[in-house]
Amino acid sequence: MTTESTGSRVITYRQALNETLRAELSRDENVFLIGEEIGVFEGSYKITAGLLEEFGPKRVVDTPIAEEGFVGIAIGSAMLGLRPVVEIMTINFTLIAIDQIVNHAAKMRSMFGGQVSVPLVIRTPGGGGQQLAATHSQNLEVWYAHIPGLKVVAPSSPADAKALLTAAIRDDDPVLFLENLALYNVKGEVPDGEQIAEIGRAAVLREGTDVTIISYSRGVVTALEVAAQLEDEGVSVEVVDLRSLRPLDRDAIVASAKKTSRVVVFEDDLLSYGIGAEISATISEGAFDFLDAPVRRVAAAEVPLPYSKPLELAALPSAATLHQVVTEILDDTRFSRQEAAGV
Amino acid sequence: MVNTKNPVKSGRSAPRPGDSAETLRTYYEQMSLVRAFELRASEMYARAKIGGYCHLNLGEEATVVGLMAALEPRDYLFTTYRDHGYAIVRGMNPDAVMAELFGKSTGVVGGRGGSMHMFDMDLRMLGGYGIVGGQIPPATGAAFAIHYRSEAGPKTEAVMCLLGDGTTNIGAFHESLNLAGLWDLPIVYVIINNGLGMGTPVDKASAEPDLYKRGSAYRIPGVRVDGDDPIAVRDAARDALKRARVERRPSIVEAMSFRLKGHSVVDPARYRSAADSAEAQKADPVPAFRAHLISAGVLTETGAEKIDAAAEARVDVAVAFADSSPNPTVDQLFAYVYATEVPNAPSAFPGDRVVALS
Repeated sequence: MTTESTGSRVITYRQALNETLRAELSRDENVFLIGEEIGVFEGSYKITAGLLEEFGPKRVVDTPIAEEGFVGIAIGSAMLGLRPVVEIMTINFTLIAIDQIVNHAAKMRSMFGGQVSVPLVIRTPGGGGQQLAATHSQNLEVWYAHIPGLKVVAPSSPADAKALLTAAIRDDDPVLFLENLALYNVKGEVPDGEQIAEIGRAAVLREGTDVTIISYSRGVVTALEVAAQLEDEGVSVEVVDLRSLRPLDRDAIVASAKKTSRVVVFEDDLLSYGIGAEISATISEGAFDFLDAPVRRVAAAEVPLPYSKPLELAALPSAATLHQVVTEILDDTRFSRQEAAGV
Repeated sequence: MVNTKNPVKSGRSAPRPGDSAETLRTYYEQMSLVRAFELRASEMYARAKIGGYCHLNLGEEATVVGLMAALEPRDYLFTTYRDHGYAIVRGMNPDAVMAELFGKSTGVVGGRGGSMHMFDMDLRMLGGYGIVGGQIPPATGAAFAIHYRSEAGPKTEAVMCLLGDGTTNIGAFHESLNLAGLWDLPIVYVIINNGLGMGTPVDKASAEPDLYKRGSAYRIPGVRVDGDDPIAVRDAARDALKRARVERRPSIVEAMSFRLKGHSVVDPARYRSAADSAEAQKADPVPAFRAHLISAGVLTETGAEKIDAAAEARVDVAVAFADSSPNPTVDQLFAYVYATEVPNAPSAFPGDRVVALS
């Protein structure tokens, strides 16, 4: 992490993204924004508000509805040294561009013998829970996290939104930058000045000794809430924010598992073959002898997400479920709260 | 029934005023070299020196040479997977192209790409592409970058994007044409129409089988040329490139030729009728251009034989180079996955532990 901070402000995740885009557009003529409704409409979620007015249509490019076309155009422009920042309205629509992302952006550097790089950022929000039904509520980040040549980052806070977006835009490889509909209005302290995160590093956001919750993106906010609640109940919870899904900071995961001996993964994606499966396998390999209990996963139910609110709520991982599963893993291992609380 | 196979006859390869004998001989040398290279590639494939897919430019030599003659060194080229001839005539060393087919470290991309992925940044050939139509959006993006950085004018760069007849049916083609038309991008889409998308004839694949018209929905003009005539191809491509540079408008050039063999080296093309195959052989542009240059007094029979022998000898050298070149070393497996050092980037071989035990 490179910082040159003088002070800080409390701003929303949305504002952190908007300010970072503005700063990078100002800093580098090669940076441009491209996507549907990002200019005149100011973005479906208003992340690009004011930027067309400030930088003009050359730097803030409104596209027709043609994800495969404009993502591919961004890739080709990146091959010639531009630094496109693509907005795809939601991660669901990346599927329309997946040939360009997976078969092209991810492959070019390696397949062309290191002669070309693709400094591309694709910003896109995931997340269910807004009653958008099955096609508009998916968490497909693991599809991209599976692919060598891509990087996938998932900031959970306004500060990380700034530091990881800056890093992504200055990175010479294609980065999928995962946002979340439920995070845009979340506020947090953001240091002033230039902040550049190191892609590929997790962060321990809360130190603890009894159990580890590992999460990313929106899930981290919930994990921190549940951790605070559990502290009141006499449990010391460590919270690990993955921040980067590819590369994955396996050492940080294993270190925390060794420390607490109990791990729960809290993930927005679907259970089978998900992020938690990879983390669980990593812990099994790196910290097997340290575990007091099998790793538990709290993930989305494997169903096309229904519209109806009660059904939607039942399908999505929640704070209550996380609390329950952490409690179960503690009880299964005869954890004594009084002792832990030092009472 | 629309006849899409019969090329537009352009007065087959008749030398134009202004083309020097030397230029014409060079075109023939290039065509002869591509022919020799591709026949040898086929042979090397049969001998298992070359793996994977291998698609040849046999029958496409006049189009290859005409297009590359039109393209300036400052221009960018994106091709299909049928790319060996373009790589060589654009300027890649035939040794390195053959070495790439052999998967050797001396190949144009170090043995990472193989037949379908010839690439040379310095020559601005930004790739052969294995996914049908996958090259069209990035090629359009290269034109976007040119437009982003420079003003229109006769000296600016332009992009040439090659695609096959079957590719005009994929969404990426239409999205790209729409965007190129909308944003005034300096690009020429060249449709190499050899009448067959693998085994499917054009009129069974395209509701508008006059493929040069397929830009009309995007107000992109197109011309059809005889792809067996290198000079007709060159002139049409030059006009289109000029339009791209000066007017910043995209165009389509449809070059009609025949595929002399199967879709790839392993395809016996049993789906083709005897008449169709005979017609293809009859249209073979290499002997045709040779004969025309001899009849025009540009070449003698002896001179042509010398050119053909030199092409064979050049390919001999390329094969010897490829055969004697080292394989890439396994310790370089992860060398090009990312452009910069990345913390925690995967480097495990199959069976390796992904985390250290302690």
